[in-house]
Amino acid sequence: MVEQEGFRRYVAHIILWIGIAIVAFPVYIAIVASTQDNALIANGQMSLLPGGHFFEVYYQTIFVGTSGSTREPVYNMMLNSLVMALLIAVGKIAISIISAYGIVYFRFPFRMPIFWIIFITLMLPVEVRIYPTYKIVADLHMLDSYAGLALPLIASATATLLFRQFFMTVPDELLEASRIDGAGPLRFFWDTLLPLSRTNMAALFVILFILGWNQYLWPLLITTRDDMQTIQVGIRKMITTTDALTEWPVVMATAVLAMLPPVFVVVAMQKLFVRGLVETEK
Amino acid sequence: MANVTLRNVRKTYTGGFEAIKGVNVDVGDGQFCVLVGPSGCGKSTLLRMVAGLETVSGGEIDIGGRVVNQVEPADRDIAMVFQNYALYPHMSVFNNMAYGLRNRGMAETEVKTRVDEAARVLELSAMLERKPRQLSGGQRQRVAMGRAIVRQPKVFLFDEPLSNLDAKLRIAMRVEIRKLQRRLNTTSIYVTHDQLEAMTLADILVVMNGGQVEQIGNPLAIYEKPATTFVASFIGAPPMNLMSMRTEEIKSQLGSAGEAGILGIRPEDFVITDQTPAGGVALPLTVEAIERVGAETFIYGSRAEDEQRVAATPGELPPGEVIVRVPGTEAPAIGQKIRVAAVRQKLHLFSGDGRTRIEG
Amino acid sequence: MQKQSIFQSKLLPYALVAPQLAIVLIFFYWPALQAVIQSFLLQDAFGLSSSFVWFDNYIELFKDPAYFEAIVRTFFFSFAIAVSSLSFALLLAVMADKPLRGSMLYRTLLIWPYAVAPPVVGVLWIFMLHPSLGVLARYLRAAGVDWNPLLDGNQAAALIILAAAWKQISYNFLFFLAGLQAIPRSVFEAAAIDGARPMRRFWTVTFPLLSPTIFFLLVVNIVYAFFDTFGIIDTMTRGGPGTSTVTLVYKVYSDGLLGGNLGSSAAQSVILMVMVIVLTGIQFRFVERKVTY
Repeated sequence: MVEQEGFRRYVAHIILWIGIAIVAFPVYIAIVASTQDNALIANGQMSLLPGGHFFEVYYQTIFVGTSGSTREPVYNMMLNSLVMALLIAVGKIAISIISAYGIVYFRFPFRMPIFWIIFITLMLPVEVRIYPTYKIVADLHMLDSYAGLALPLIASATATLLFRQFFMTVPDELLEASRIDGAGPLRFFWDTLLPLSRTNMAALFVILFILGWNQYLWPLLITTRDDMQTIQVGIRKMITTTDALTEWPVVMATAVLAMLPPVFVVVAMQKLFVRGLVETEK
Repeated sequence: MANVTLRNVRKTYTGGFEAIKGVNVDVGDGQFCVLVGPSGCGKSTLLRMVAGLETVSGGEIDIGGRVVNQVEPADRDIAMVFQNYALYPHMSVFNNMAYGLRNRGMAETEVKTRVDEAARVLELSAMLERKPRQLSGGQRQRVAMGRAIVRQPKVFLFDEPLSNLDAKLRIAMRVEIRKLQRRLNTTSIYVTHDQLEAMTLADILVVMNGGQVEQIGNPLAIYEKPATTFVASFIGAPPMNLMSMRTEEIKSQLGSAGEAGILGIRPEDFVITDQTPAGGVALPLTVEAIERVGAETFIYGSRAEDEQRVAATPGELPPGEVIVRVPGTEAPAIGQKIRVAAVRQKLHLFSGDGRTRIEG
Repeated sequence: MQKQSIFQSKLLPYALVAPQLAIVLIFFYWPALQAVIQSFLLQDAFGLSSSFVWFDNYIELFKDPAYFEAIVRTFFFSFAIAVSSLSFALLLAVMADKPLRGSMLYRTLLIWPYAVAPPVVGVLWIFMLHPSLGVLARYLRAAGVDWNPLLDGNQAAALIILAAAWKQISYNFLFFLAGLQAIPRSVFEAAAIDGARPMRRFWTVTFPLLSPTIFFLLVVNIVYAFFDTFGIIDTMTRGGPGTSTVTLVYKVYSDGLLGGNLGSSAAQSVILMVMVIVLTGIQFRFVERKVTY
């Protein structure tokens, strides 16, 4: 790259900092609001500096919830979100890696049709078939259950494709060597393929965890019981009441808590995150 | 046409790493200057500073009598051929060559004349409409050359332009580049790590090591009289044999001159003989391995007694090993004991740290 | 497509693909099939019987001005979100691609909003721009703007676009940066030596070389605007005021919630499916060719 001197470099720094400010400002406001008094906010008098109600607001948010009708402590919502996100991430990785293994390393009747059946699911997000899916889940008595939350979201081919692609790049010699060493298909999978896939699995896990945690429409539809709400659904319900009754500090604290796990994952596992993102999309 | 003069040029990166530690080079008008050295010696950095792609931390870069430290690459009137060619993948061969001319607002008829002429010289006329990805490595290399010559710049800069080609093509292109440069008579600076390329191309050879110039001069003069043990072992293949003169055996043969430190003898300067030339050196060797390559034979021998290590340099031989180049007709057996000798004029003497050549 | 060297087994491969196949069939194909079948049926008011009505449900939909508006609105939102977010992200990526001190820090500070869920994005932005208590709304009012997105449909739409584009910046930034970094540095250097000034360098070298990334992101952003804006709309405007922020997905949801016409709702789903398939198809064709230049 052409090394630049002087002002052009400063322009770049300035533009980047403006970008960062734009990106961070809404979150800053949320954090500030979550430490202030509701009456002040409701009057439109909110300060742009942190207030002194941090502990009481977060205590109330986490252990009590809003004072209104939905009165569900946020820790429970976070727990639900966590279970759902983990189920989606782990479930999808588990079923995908074994089916990709079957498709790549074996030759069997209907292999290609099966591959296409799985592949096509890549095209349609759950949103477009939302009510029929709802009906199935209801018929299977899975409303208000973790299985109901997770299973329909597992039904997609992204991870399978990723693993298939990865397996294709694993040199054939590895399998041949394993066979010479007397390893059967399961042994080869367990001893060789799984360890080799570790980074891919981790990258995928990071992405799927974030996607799972951030699910909204589906949980909104299939959870009716308050104690099964995920945090994304819960936060919306907190502002359903008329404006005057919305407890904004609690809402904002919930927003902050809802962002915390996925943002932490992105920042702490940036390398895996970037890798996962690029690979699942291509 | 222009001289290129570097005056005490320095490059210090943020963090304090000194990549170039004060380099002075003067390339005369129309001369072909080659910067050679091992990877990491700063030769590419220096070239990129001349191009204006890296800022100069200290000293002056002067092109055609104008100090260009603060001048944009575009305004230095230079052209550069990159190691990976850096062709614009989305443009045709013609547009690749025309781009620099059009950026300078040249009339389209003139652009066409110049590109066609360059394409003719480089035998690219048939592929002007192709995209770079449809070309072979050698053709891409030629397009990169064409892009440089259409501009008719004051100075050509080459950054290892042949290193991505196979061995045969590399030799052919090396000759091409030299012929082209002679014909255009454009001042050129060429970076390579290949000492053979450096020897064959250069009018002035600059041997660099660790951000500093080890020696500047005519390639043959450098070969004949390397200024340091680094240059001695870097220029020439197989490398010069370097021996510590603390070794009793050599010390006794050289008398008082033997106090100097390091003795260097090129493999081809040995002869197999039982005599010891006056003032020269003779060594008894045990043949460890031989390589017969037809016209010549390389003998890898070990000296009877073990030696101290000589200063660490690229191409260094294992302690106690000596390479001897003899005509292809000679082939001693492995394990055979032979005696090799070199005359006084073929000995290179260096100070103990290898930094100074001692004439005498 | 497949390895040369493989294992021989009759039953094992089926056992391996069975779990995924089962989940896909039950939770993907069955509902999708249901949607298609439903879209050709008309149910009576009590949901007791239904009759096959061919394309009546579709025809009804397209006769409905509200549906037509939703289509136009969805495409407009998609376009506005994609263009604003892409151009801003491209600017940032080009800046971050320069050899600057702290460029890793910049990247970190710019990519984390990817992790913020759409409903949370909605909550953050409605709070800032809420007509009575929003921090930014204050300034807008002070600047003389009659700001009330809860009553003004255009302002509500602007709010949705703004929030949705904001969320997408980090994703676009990341892919643009990756795209830029995949271009060999020396190509930019050659252009600089060839006398192209920074702006010209951008338009004649950087932009064309990024075109595959730009196209890819365009499709992804449109799909994003179709689906992921649901959470933003639902927390910010609930489709209102009136129907001024109702997109296709929001309409499927809200129509279904009213529990009214199952056939119509199914037809809407099928139309969405077709749209997504077309978009993905375009993208796949493109990815296959990978490069345009």
